[in-house]
Parts: sequence; structure tokens; C-alpha cells
Amino acid sequence: MTMILRELSNAFGVSGNEDDVRSILLEAVRDHVDEVKIDAMGNVLAVKRGSGEDRMRVMLAAHMDEVGLMIVGHDEDGFLKVRAVGGIDARLLPGSSFAVGPDRISGVIGVKPIHLLESGEADKVTKIEDLVMDVGAKGKDEAQKLVPLGTYATFDTRFQELGSTVTGKAFDDRAGCAVLVELLRGQPFSFDLHAAFTVQEEVGLRGAQVAAFGIDPDCAFALEGTIADEVPKEKDVSPTTELGKGPAITVMDRSFIADRRLVRLLIDTAEERGIPYQIKQPGKGGTDAGAIHLTREGVPSATVAVPSRYIHSPVALLRLDDFENTVRLMRDSLLRLTRDTLK
Amino acid sequence: MRELIQELVETYGPSGAEEQIRDRIRAQVEPLVDEIRVDALGSLIAHKGGGGQRVLLDAHMDEIGVMVTYIDEKGFARFTSIGGVSPLTCIGSRVAFEDGEIGVIGVEQKRDDADKVPKLEQLYIDVGATGRDDCPVRVGDPAVFVRPFTVRGSRLVAKAMDDRIGCAVLIETLRRLEETPHDLYVVFAVQEEVGLRGARTSAYRIEPDVAIAVDVTGTGDTPEAKPMAVKLGEGPAVKVQDRGMIAHPKVRRLLVERAEEAGIPYQLEVLERGTTDAAAMQLVRSGVPAGCLSVPCRYVHSPSEMVEESDVENSVRLLLEVLQRPL
Repeated sequence: MTMILRELSNAFGVSGNEDDVRSILLEAVRDHVDEVKIDAMGNVLAVKRGSGEDRMRVMLAAHMDEVGLMIVGHDEDGFLKVRAVGGIDARLLPGSSFAVGPDRISGVIGVKPIHLLESGEADKVTKIEDLVMDVGAKGKDEAQKLVPLGTYATFDTRFQELGSTVTGKAFDDRAGCAVLVELLRGQPFSFDLHAAFTVQEEVGLRGAQVAAFGIDPDCAFALEGTIADEVPKEKDVSPTTELGKGPAITVMDRSFIADRRLVRLLIDTAEERGIPYQIKQPGKGGTDAGAIHLTREGVPSATVAVPSRYIHSPVALLRLDDFENTVRLMRDSLLRLTRDTLK
Repeated sequence: MRELIQELVETYGPSGAEEQIRDRIRAQVEPLVDEIRVDALGSLIAHKGGGGQRVLLDAHMDEIGVMVTYIDEKGFARFTSIGGVSPLTCIGSRVAFEDGEIGVIGVEQKRDDADKVPKLEQLYIDVGATGRDDCPVRVGDPAVFVRPFTVRGSRLVAKAMDDRIGCAVLIETLRRLEETPHDLYVVFAVQEEVGLRGARTSAYRIEPDVAIAVDVTGTGDTPEAKPMAVKLGEGPAVKVQDRGMIAHPKVRRLLVERAEEAGIPYQLEVLERGTTDAAAMQLVRSGVPAGCLSVPCRYVHSPSEMVEESDVENSVRLLLEVLQRPL
């Protein structure tokens, strides 16, 4: 199970440039589905036909893209100007290393030596617009040749196992992609399972919007890697989710309110099967379900996520038991899902 | 109509949990129409007639509310808003959960900025629990504000006038409507307060020739109010524009002409904040001529929203003028 997560986490796939992730997923699911295609936006759409009489259409979505940087300019000395693609925290960038462009050349975000800081300077966060990336170019010409305008850059960290915990980049949402791959590799369900590995979630749920229009599902689940923030706090206040407490079920976030019948199905399944679960703190974040549920005449939707610390950073961290329980919860819930669930 | 309004405003129905209010509305509407169904996101769709142009009338069933985000060790519940909820109207309010459980809203006393309006994060719901174990509510449970319906002269006051008053107007219109030359769809939509979501998907399915939302709008007739031409008691307001839409001029003209022909008082409305389901319906598929008939309302999104009874009655009369003749 960690093999596919490792491969996906290490792959290059900033929003709009998901080719590497797409290739891995096509290879991973091809033998386990009845149809697979790539749509106009670049989403991978796979169908696993159901075994039952009632061929309800159930969409499962996980997004392929990750946050990253784009090269937007070169200066005379060969430094690169960058902009965020998706939500990147500027605090993470100084001193971090990136893989740049299709050849994954190395780039670092420069930082002023601590010896030279003026008083007060260390307390401030440098804006992304004021940072530069250094690929070792000696001047503008060389920089432009090495890294043309519009080149993407991704965090240059590799997946690692720390016992039962793993760390790497892009668990948001390669963890969701890996869950979906596991579900596709299993036995068919009674309904037709429409898997969508979507593009451009991090810049506005764009791939999912057209994927859902094309699939026209009866209901949908978004599979995610979501915020775990049970880091030490001053007050007794809510963590968004916590590691080790099982898959996180969304009731409401900024993008949608989950369908109560599907949430009930998930909770009942978890409780009956003894699968740990948690309710994600309402009101935080948004997922592809936000776009999917508003498609055409409306799609009852829910989101289930693997809790992950430090998402949108180079060092996301998750627990494999949460990942495995997410697969179990989804598989067991889907085995019970019928048209009556939505009555 | 007061009885109907009281029933609707006092029924539980925050965005995303509209089952109870939908059942109440369904019981009222089902005998009045040819067909009724619930769509994928939960909106109630009533259909009457068959010939003529497809006319969609919409009012949203949902109301603003709060949702529990965390139960602390002592059994206090932290919460977030469902729709636009001001911390100012929260403090000292009571909220009711779906099963009738009641909580009161308190505010942290030790705040650095105690003279400023607190943030929602600094408020909590006290349901009378002494700890996590005996707390009767769970993370993810939605609740609505509690405030009984009351009548002061010709003014009606309650929580959730936004937009149960629109629902009441549509139900009363259906009660009085004998024949219509139109193919009439009446939508009681879900999830307006969180982003006009139900109306958008309902309108997609119905594919109307014209769509009119019935909702509340603000007024400029209270002490030190921001300038706005709309007043209580001067008739329903015909929307010209708001933050989300410019009403289709033909729909606006239709409402104005029918009001003038029948001698029904009306006002024109330009709303600088907020919008309605009409904004979402206008942009469905290849576009829908859309407009909005607004019931003027003071204190919108507070637990004491106030409307004038004659404005409600005149809204019904104006819609009947629209529905009883070809467009």
C-alpha cells in the first residue's frame, strides 16, 4: 500500500502540470477498470462496472495536483522571480529546495545570511514576490535558457517512512489518490464506480467541475488528505483533525455542506465495523465536493480524508493506520450504498 | 396568513438540514399543486399547470444558524456560523438543535480587546453540561436561533423571516391561484444562506423561461440607517440590482406594469449588500431572464426580523397578477 503512496508523493504535479501523476495513475489502475480516458481538462476518468442490477453512478474524486511555484521572471544576475500556484505559505520558502521544470533541475530559494540581518528583520516574513530562486545561473541569458518563463517548480523532498508514520510532499491529495487506487484494485461494487483523478483543485476546484459534468453521477465522494493540527496550543480549542483517530468525515466546510444521508452512511458503517473516525472541524477548508455537488441538477456529496500534518509544505506527515482505515471505511460504506441510501 | 407565517418561522431549518421545514411546507403545498418532488440537494419542487411558458418562482427554506466545532473539557461547545451570523446578535441568544436541545451563547470574559465586537471564536454555547461526557450535542450538530413569533400592530417579528416570509408568500399565492396559463414551478430551495446553492441546481433541472426569487431585502427607514430607498409598508420591492445580479429589465418591467395596472403599491430596490437566489438562477445553462420580488425587512439576519403585514399581502397580490395572465 505504501508503494503507490510513495510513488505518487514523489511525482511532480503542480496544478496545470499533472502529467507525471497522470501517467502513474493510468498505469496503476488500467488493469482494474473497464474503461479509462483523459478528458479535455486532463482529468483521468476511469469506470469500474458494477456487479448489481441497479447501475447507480457513484463518483469518487481525488485530485492529482499539488501546490507549488511558477517561474515568472528573470533578473540581470540570473535570479528567478516566482509566484505561488495554490496556497503556499511564504514562511516555508526561504532556504527550501525545489525541483524545477521537466528535468527536475535543482533550485533553492535564497535567504539573507543571519549575520547580515538588521534588527527586527528576522521577525518579518518575506513575501513570495520579494523572494528569488537560485538555479546557479550566471546571468539572465543562462537563467532564461535553463528555466524558461512559466516553468513549474515543486518541493524537492522524497517520501520517507518513520515507522508507522510516513512523511513526504503532496499528501494533499496524493493520499486521496492512493485511497482511490486501492478501492479500484478491489472487487467491484454493485453500482458503477466512476473514478475521477482531477486536475487543478488547488487553484479552484476546476478539474472536478468538468469531470462531474461529464460523469453526471447520482452521488459523489471526494477523497482527500486534510489538515491535522493537534500541535500544542495555548487554549482548549478544536483541532481540525488529529492523527491516529481515523478518517475525517466532513460535515460542512467552506465549499459545501455534506449530504446528511451520506454522512449517516459513513458514521453508521464506521460504528458497526469498529473503524475509528473523526468529524473534521466544521468550517475549515474546501474540496472538490464543493464543485461536484453543484453540478447540473445537483449531486449529493460527502468528503472523507486522511488526516495529515503540515500539508501544503514539503514535509507532510501521516499515519499509515489512518490511511488504511480510510480505505476500509470507504470500501465498507460503498458496499452498503444503494439507491435507498438517498431516499 | 399569520398562522402560516408563525408555523414557518418557528420551524427548524438551517442550511443543509432542511428536512423539518421541508416537511411542513410540503404538507401545505401538496394539496395545491399537480406534482411535488424533492430534488437531489433537497429542494422542494412543486409543479402546477402545463401549457405556456415555464415560470419558476423561488423562495429559500433554509435559515442562518450555527454549527458546533468542538466540545471542551467542561462541556462548552465552540461553534462556527452557517451563513451570515454577526457575533453582535449572538451574545445572550438561545439556540435550538434539531432534537430540541437548547443552548445559550456566552462570551469569553478575558479578552485583550474587550471593548471591541468579539469574534465568533470567542463565543461558546452552554448547553448546561458539566463535562464532555454529559454534553448532549456533538461536533457537526447544527442549531438555529430561538425567538418566538410576535405581532406588534401591523408588524410581524420573528427569526427566519429571511426567507420563510418568501415561502409563506408563495404558499399563499398557490392557495389563491385558481388557473394559470403558465407552466408553473414553485421551488422551495435549500442552502441559499451559504451560497445560493439549491436554487442553482433546481433551476438547472427546470430550465425555466423566466425565474423570480421572492426574498427579503433591507430598508433605510431605521435610526441612522445607511441610505436606502426601501421602507416598511410602502409595498413589495421590485429588485433593480444587488451585489450579485442586475435584474433582467423585462422581468423588472413585468412586475412594475402588473403592479401599476392593479393599483398595488410597490417600490424599486437597489441593494448594496447581499443578493438572492435570482443571481444563481440567472446564470444557469444558457442564461435565464431573472428578477426578484422583495419583502422589505428590518434587522435582517438578526433573531428579530421585522416585516409589515401589508407588504406581505401586496406581494401575494402582485404575484397573482403575474401568474393569472400571459407574460
